[in-house]
Amino acid sequence: MIADTKTPGGHGEPPLLVDIRGLSIGFAASGSGAPIVRDIDLAIRAGECVALVGESGSGKSLTARSLLNLAGDGARVESRRFHLRGRDARGFREADWRRLRGTVTGLVMQDALVSLDPLRTIGQEVGEVLSEHRILRGRTAIAARVRDVLGKVGIPDPEVRSRQYAHQLSGGLRQRALIAAAIAGDPDLIIADEPTTSLDVAVQAQVLQVLAERVREGAGLLLISHDLAVVSGIADRVIVMREGRAVDSGPTADVLMRPRHPYTRQLIAAIPSAASRGRRLASATPVGPSGPARAAPPPRRGPGDVPVLEVRGIAKDYPTRPGIGRAGSTLTALTDVSFAVRAGEVVGIVGESGSGKSTCAKIVLGLLAPDRGAVRLLGQPWSGIREPERRPLRPRLQYIPQDALSSFDPRYRVSEIIAANLAGLRPADRPGRVAALLEQVGLRADLAGRHPRALSGGQRQRVSIARALAAEPALIVCDEPVSALDIGIQAQVLDLLGDLRDRLGTALLFISHDLGVIQHLADRVLVFHDGRLVEEGPVGEVLCTPGHAYTRTLLAAQPRLAGGLPAHAH
Amino acid sequence: MWSRIASRLLTSLVVAWASVTAAFLALHALPGRIEDILAGDVDYPGLREAIAAEWGLDRSLFEQYAAFVSRIAGGDLGTSYVLRQPVTEIVGSQLWPTVQLALAAGVLAVALAVSVALLTAGRGRRARKLASILELVLASTPVFWIGILLLMLFSFTLRWFPVSGANGWTSLVLPSIALALPTAGLLAQVLREAIEKTLDQPFVTTIRARGVGEFAIRARHVLRHALLPAVTLGGWLIGGLLGGAVITEKVFGRPGLGSVTLGAVLTHDVPVVLAVVLLAAFIHVAASTILDILYLLIDPRLRAA
Repeated sequence: MIADTKTPGGHGEPPLLVDIRGLSIGFAASGSGAPIVRDIDLAIRAGECVALVGESGSGKSLTARSLLNLAGDGARVESRRFHLRGRDARGFREADWRRLRGTVTGLVMQDALVSLDPLRTIGQEVGEVLSEHRILRGRTAIAARVRDVLGKVGIPDPEVRSRQYAHQLSGGLRQRALIAAAIAGDPDLIIADEPTTSLDVAVQAQVLQVLAERVREGAGLLLISHDLAVVSGIADRVIVMREGRAVDSGPTADVLMRPRHPYTRQLIAAIPSAASRGRRLASATPVGPSGPARAAPPPRRGPGDVPVLEVRGIAKDYPTRPGIGRAGSTLTALTDVSFAVRAGEVVGIVGESGSGKSTCAKIVLGLLAPDRGAVRLLGQPWSGIREPERRPLRPRLQYIPQDALSSFDPRYRVSEIIAANLAGLRPADRPGRVAALLEQVGLRADLAGRHPRALSGGQRQRVSIARALAAEPALIVCDEPVSALDIGIQAQVLDLLGDLRDRLGTALLFISHDLGVIQHLADRVLVFHDGRLVEEGPVGEVLCTPGHAYTRTLLAAQPRLAGGLPAHAH
Repeated sequence: MWSRIASRLLTSLVVAWASVTAAFLALHALPGRIEDILAGDVDYPGLREAIAAEWGLDRSLFEQYAAFVSRIAGGDLGTSYVLRQPVTEIVGSQLWPTVQLALAAGVLAVALAVSVALLTAGRGRRARKLASILELVLASTPVFWIGILLLMLFSFTLRWFPVSGANGWTSLVLPSIALALPTAGLLAQVLREAIEKTLDQPFVTTIRARGVGEFAIRARHVLRHALLPAVTLGGWLIGGLLGGAVITEKVFGRPGLGSVTLGAVLTHDVPVVLAVVLLAAFIHVAASTILDILYLLIDPRLRAA
C-alpha cells in the first residue's frame, strides 16, 4: 500500500522520515490571507526527536498538523519540498493522506480525557486504527494486539483497562492510552502536540519516558511544547518558532544550553526557578507603558510577625454515593492541616491533583466548611460562622483564579469588574481609583471601557489582579494564576505579583503545580500529599534539602533545563 | 440503583394520580350536566333523577371522586356514558391504529432527521442554510395544514393515495408523513447543532489522525454524542407525536384514539376521557423511564453516578 521505504539520506544514517523545505501555511479566509506559518524547514530521521517550541500562536501546532494534512479547513499548505518517508506528498489526495494517518504518522494530543472518544472503551479506541487500515482482521487478533500495545506503554492489567473508558482511568494511564492509540498502527513518526501539558510533574515524567522509549526503538518523534525544560530532556534538535517563523534551530545542546539567539535567551530567562529568585523574569520583554521605568525591583518589605491567616487542624471528608454492590463511604480530602501566613509573606502550596490543595483553598476562602479544625483571619474567627458574619472581613481576603475570563461577568466592562470591589468608595471617586489600579498592574487606562473578551490572556489576568487589589486585601489566594499563560506572559504576571508583594506588603497564598514558580516567588512552601501537609518550611530548605520522601519524588520528577530526562535511569 | 428505580415508580404513581384528578376536575367544571348526556333525546319527569341515582351522580363531588379513584386503582376503568360499553374495550379497539400512526411517523421523523443532519452538518454553508430554513418552516407548520396540503396534492390531484380510512399501508403514508415532518424539522436542527459541536471536539482530530474516513467518523463516533441532546428532546417528541396523531386522524378520517377522545370530550363522556388521560400519563412515564435508560446506554460516564 505504501511506497517502498528506501529513502534518500546519507550512508549509514537512519532514513529521513520527514523532509520539508520552505513550508508556508495560510488560511484563505483569514483577513489579509497572509501565511501564518512562513518558510519552515523540517527534517526528522528515524530514531530522532525534533522539538518545536514557542509561545501559543507561534504556528508550531499548525506546522505539526500539516504533516497529517490536518491543518484545518481552508488551510493552504505550500512548500518547495514536502517528502514523507521518501514520497512527495504535495500531489496527495485525501485518500492518500488517510492511508498515511495512523500507519506512517501517529498523533498524540494534549489531555486524553477529551482527545479519546469518551463514549468508547480504551480497547475500541486503540483498536480502531487496526481495523480501519485492515492491519489485522478479527476481533481476537485485534484485542490481542491492543493488549500488547497497552502493555508496551506501561499500562498494567491491559485486559481490564481495554474494557474501561477514558474517564475511569487516572490522568497518567489515560495519556498512555492515548499514546497507545497513536502507536497501535506502528507508525514511523509520532507527532506529540503538548503531550504532557495539564499533567502533574510525576506523571509527566512517566509519559515522557514512554515517548523516549519509542524513539529508542527507532520511531521519529516530533514534539510540540511550550516547556523548554521538557524539551531539553528528550529532544535531539530544537526549532524555536515565533510568529510563524523559525527564529532559531539546531542541536538541543547548542540552542538551549548555550543560547545565542536573543529570543531564545529571552524564553530561557523567563523560566521561573530557584536561580531566578529576586530577579525579574521578563526583563527583556517590553511591558505596556510602565515597563521600562521599573527596571530594578523595589526594595522588599520583609514579612511581618503578625499572622494574617491561621489554619489549625482542618479536615474535610466527602461522602461518596452508594452504588451497586458497595455501600456509601467517605473520601478523605484533607487530614489535620495546620499552617499560618504572616503579613507580607508568600506561602506556596505544591502537590499533585487530588492532594487536597483545592479543598484547602476553598476552606481558606470560606467557601467550604471544614469538618474539624478552625480557620482564623486577621485574628478573628473565619470558619464555623455564618456568611453574614464573614462579610465584613471578606474584602481583606481576595482571590485570583486560574481562568480569569470565566470569573468575570461577561456583560461587565473592565471598569465595572474592578469597581465591583470598590463598594466603600463614593461613585464619583471610582473612575479615578480604577485608573490608578490599572496603572498599578501595568495596563493602559483606556482598557477600562473594554469587555474582558477583547483582552489577551495576560491582560485578563492583570485585570483579575487589579480587581483583587481594589479591595485592599491583607491576603490574596492565588490558585494556579499563571499555569494557563504562555511563558513570556507568565513571566510578566509573576514579576507583577512580586512587585505588588514588595510594594504593598500583601500576603499571598500561592497554589501551583510548578515547583519553579514556587521557588521563584514563595518565602515558605507547604507540600501536600494525599490530603496531608507532609512538609513545610522555607523554600530554600524544603526544596534543596527535602525531608519527606514525597517532596524528593516531586523534585526528581521536575524537568530541568540543564539535566536529562527526570526520574529516568539512562 | 434500586432506590432510583423505586423513586421512579413512586413518581409515576404521583403523575398518574395527578393527571386523573386534574382531568376529573376539568370535566366536571365544563358547562352542561352529565345526566343530560346520559338521557340523550329521551325526556320524562324523574328520568334525570333516576339516572343520577343509578350512576352515582347525586352524591357529592368528593364522593364521586373517591369512588372513581378506588375503582381505577382496582383496574376498572368503568363504562362509557354515551356508548354504554366498557371503556377498556373502546380504548383497546382504537389504540392500535393510533400507535401504528405514531410509530410510523416516529421512525420516519428519526430517519429523516438523522440523514439530513449527518449529510449537512459542517458541510457547505449554502446547503446548511437551506436545510436549516426548511427545517424551521416545517417545525413551525401545524400538522393539519401539512396534512391538507398533502391530501390536495397526492390524493385529490395525483390520486396516489386514498383520501381517508385505515386500509393497508397506502392509507398510512400521507398521515405519517404529515405527522413526521414538523418533528423531523426540529430534531434535525438539534442533531445538526450537536454534530457540529462534537466535530469541534479534540477527539475528532485524534480519530482523523488514525486515518478514519469522514463518514465513519460521523456514523461511528459523532452521531452517538449527538444523540444525547436528541434523547433529551425525546419525551417531548413522543408527546408531540401522540397529540399530533389525534389531529392527523381527524384530517385524514382515520379511526383511532383521536376521534374517540374528541367525541368523548364533546359529549362529556367522563370515563372515556379519563381512560385516555391515564393512558397518556402511562405512556409519558414509560417513555421517560426508557429515555433515562437510553442515556445510560449511550453515555458510560453517566453509569458511575
